[in-house]
Amino acid sequence: MNQSVQPANDHHRSSLINQLARFLPRNCILMEDQELVPYECDGLSAYRQRPLLVVLPETVEQVIQIMKVCSAMSVPVVARGAGTGLSGGALPLADGVLLVLAKFNQILQLDPLRRIARVQPGVRNLAISEAADVHGLYYAPDPSSQIACSIGGNVAENSGGVHCLKYGLTIHNILQLKVVTIDGELLTIGSEALDSAGYDLLAVMTGSEGMLGVVVEVVVKLLPKPEHTSLVLAAFDQVESAGAAVGGVIAAGVIPAGLEMMDNFAIRATEDFAHCGYPVDAAAILLCEVDGTEAETREQVEQVKVVMAQHGASEIRIAGSEAERLLFWKGRKMAFPAMGRISPDYYCIDGTIPRRELPGLLSKMNEWSEYYKLRVANVFHAGDGNLHPLILFDANMPGELERTEEFAAKILEMCVQVGGTITGEHGVGIEKINQMCSQFNENEIRQFHALKEAFDPLALLNPGKAIPTLQRCAEYGAMHVHNGELPFPELERF
Amino acid sequence: MAFNDISQQLQQQLQQAFVDKRGVSVVAGGTKQFYGRDPGITYEALDVSDHKGVVSYEPTELVVTARAGTTVSELNQVLAEHGQRLPFEPPVFNGEATLGGTLACGLSGPSRPYTGAARDFVLGTNIINGRAQLLRFGGEVIKNVAGYDVSRLMVGAMGTLGVILQASLKVLPIPQKETTIIFHLERDSALDLMNDFAARPLPVSATCFYGDILFVRLSGSEAAVESAYMALGGERLPKTDEVWQSLREFQHPFFDTELPLWRIAMTTAARPELPGEVMIEWGGAQWWLHSDSPAEEIRLAAARCGGHATLFRGGDRSSEIFHPLPPKMAALQERIRLAFDPHGILNPGRIEALNKKQS
Repeated sequence: MNQSVQPANDHHRSSLINQLARFLPRNCILMEDQELVPYECDGLSAYRQRPLLVVLPETVEQVIQIMKVCSAMSVPVVARGAGTGLSGGALPLADGVLLVLAKFNQILQLDPLRRIARVQPGVRNLAISEAADVHGLYYAPDPSSQIACSIGGNVAENSGGVHCLKYGLTIHNILQLKVVTIDGELLTIGSEALDSAGYDLLAVMTGSEGMLGVVVEVVVKLLPKPEHTSLVLAAFDQVESAGAAVGGVIAAGVIPAGLEMMDNFAIRATEDFAHCGYPVDAAAILLCEVDGTEAETREQVEQVKVVMAQHGASEIRIAGSEAERLLFWKGRKMAFPAMGRISPDYYCIDGTIPRRELPGLLSKMNEWSEYYKLRVANVFHAGDGNLHPLILFDANMPGELERTEEFAAKILEMCVQVGGTITGEHGVGIEKINQMCSQFNENEIRQFHALKEAFDPLALLNPGKAIPTLQRCAEYGAMHVHNGELPFPELERF
Repeated sequence: MAFNDISQQLQQQLQQAFVDKRGVSVVAGGTKQFYGRDPGITYEALDVSDHKGVVSYEPTELVVTARAGTTVSELNQVLAEHGQRLPFEPPVFNGEATLGGTLACGLSGPSRPYTGAARDFVLGTNIINGRAQLLRFGGEVIKNVAGYDVSRLMVGAMGTLGVILQASLKVLPIPQKETTIIFHLERDSALDLMNDFAARPLPVSATCFYGDILFVRLSGSEAAVESAYMALGGERLPKTDEVWQSLREFQHPFFDTELPLWRIAMTTAARPELPGEVMIEWGGAQWWLHSDSPAEEIRLAAARCGGHATLFRGGDRSSEIFHPLPPKMAALQERIRLAFDPHGILNPGRIEALNKKQS
């Protein structure tokens, strides 16, 4: 499609470059093919697209100017932080500018008295906690990619992490945003107080996947670091008992700081990779972390041990030292790379279900695994019902990616059927855009579009992501009837 | 408990109002009529109070789903049977406050800075928008990022974006132990202490400064509360809950006055001099003020402290009740309102004056 309109595009592109060059230094505009290639995809590398241009502004004023130029020329804008997103939310558009916020990497203010940090969007998640550490404070949300992912992207995705059952998601841990709208207005959303006048736009912006505005500054809350942390590892002969034990812990009145489950396949793969001493014969293990004062954690560890034993744990271990605690976590945190070692490719799913539905979904997954001839490993934020099944495949084998995507779609649709959601923390992006049609009806999708229009009437911000068009849903509905075969393969994917 | 689904009926009534482009006034328990703007016109009531009942409650999932007309008291009772509660401690107003009204007004109690606000615990809602469409957003799971977070947007929107029919909320266990300690000191020292406590890993769950006394509530496991009490000292109150309940329900003697009551949200480090008697809550983030000083003066003081001022109760209810927004933000908010309610039929004039909206 690009070929046929090339001449017009060329003119449009050079005119855009000229306008941007009036206020952007030359090194802030990337336009050569070799410069654009690294930006073709985010963390979901199965989807690739070279952008029209990449811009790397250095000041908020430049972002404002970029938005004004793009808005005036009707050029779509896709914002990107560190590019670690797993749903293709920062996938570029062939006719769009990729707005990279990597140069906004400063912590502008860290106030230990008020326990806030004012940071630029390109600051890495972990860098905030590292900077706050000297004050005994930290930033709570800890997505697995926290070494690399940036806070602006965390806001766009409403990122969680392994500790969000107790400490919440991004939305619970930020106070204020500065946002540049598509028409180049700088808005302050939220405040340094705990609330602000008017509608709660902080809630709307958080998790909006770059569809409503570009975040150029974030004020985050900092929490005191817990005095003490303990980790219990429990092994089970049956996945069902592990699932029931999770409910048991919560019924006992304990809110663990983290509560993770891994199935046998995931245990074996990570043990081979990380050598963390996991019981490789267990059907499932639970990692249950509690934090608080020393006396409190000691009490909670006892409660957790009792619950695990009551639910038939075959083995219960308490991390005896900080080193051992980190070792137990290491396997879980390395689950993804461990899969990368045993399979050329893997596909990570992010559905959330009411936890009681876990056994049913797991047995369905086993059936589908046999049907599609694809292996699946399960790591699971068990405390909050967020599943990360990892389907192993080989993209070089004809048909495997397609079978994987179909398998993944089945899992997500079942998540919706049992009262859950297609995405707990990775976002819809481009990846799950079709499954949005299973989760929301026509009027709900219309309402989403109307809300977007209030921010971005020309639909120039990240078009084609997060919220499907009704036409797309109609086509996707047809796809179901036709047993997985896309009826109009020539249609563009966004 | 009463259990009743009248969503179809409510939708039909709103459908007629939509066709006629007639405003409706969304009501349930009627306990918060004092709050928000008085539009000066009596609209037909859209009464949600009969739409009630706990739809589902799974204690081990920490999630409850209830219809909007369910009273907060009933909900608390159901949760308490399983040792759980609404973590944001909303007022129950003599047992008549409903879940829908609580969320629409976005009211949170003493625990707000430590455990979170009403909006923080909302996982999903069923609403009727201003087009009389029944819509469902979010869900019954704690982590959910599919679509814009319309459910949380409903909280504090005063019913102007949609009629809340049902909500799913995250709940938490009732703390094993609570104790309240007091310190006698001056205001600025009290504010310092509130900030200091919040920066340390202490199980503080509520704070209030009034009449040269700093009240601090500790909540958690027996061990955590006792060790924190040992560390902090102070004088332990015999009745732990009394002061917090009186604050939550606006029954504290401080609230017993004819003067306009202002709620000022600000950063916790601010030290403003405000024109009237004050009470400080939320670790310094929420100040209550009795004053008949001009609104401009109070709003300027709030803005200087990084916050905003709401004429919470009393005073001129037809004036600007909520802190005015900068023009660009006001315009965006107005476009959002129209995206949900194109004919302006939902609680017209309850947030701001009608003529302003139409201009």
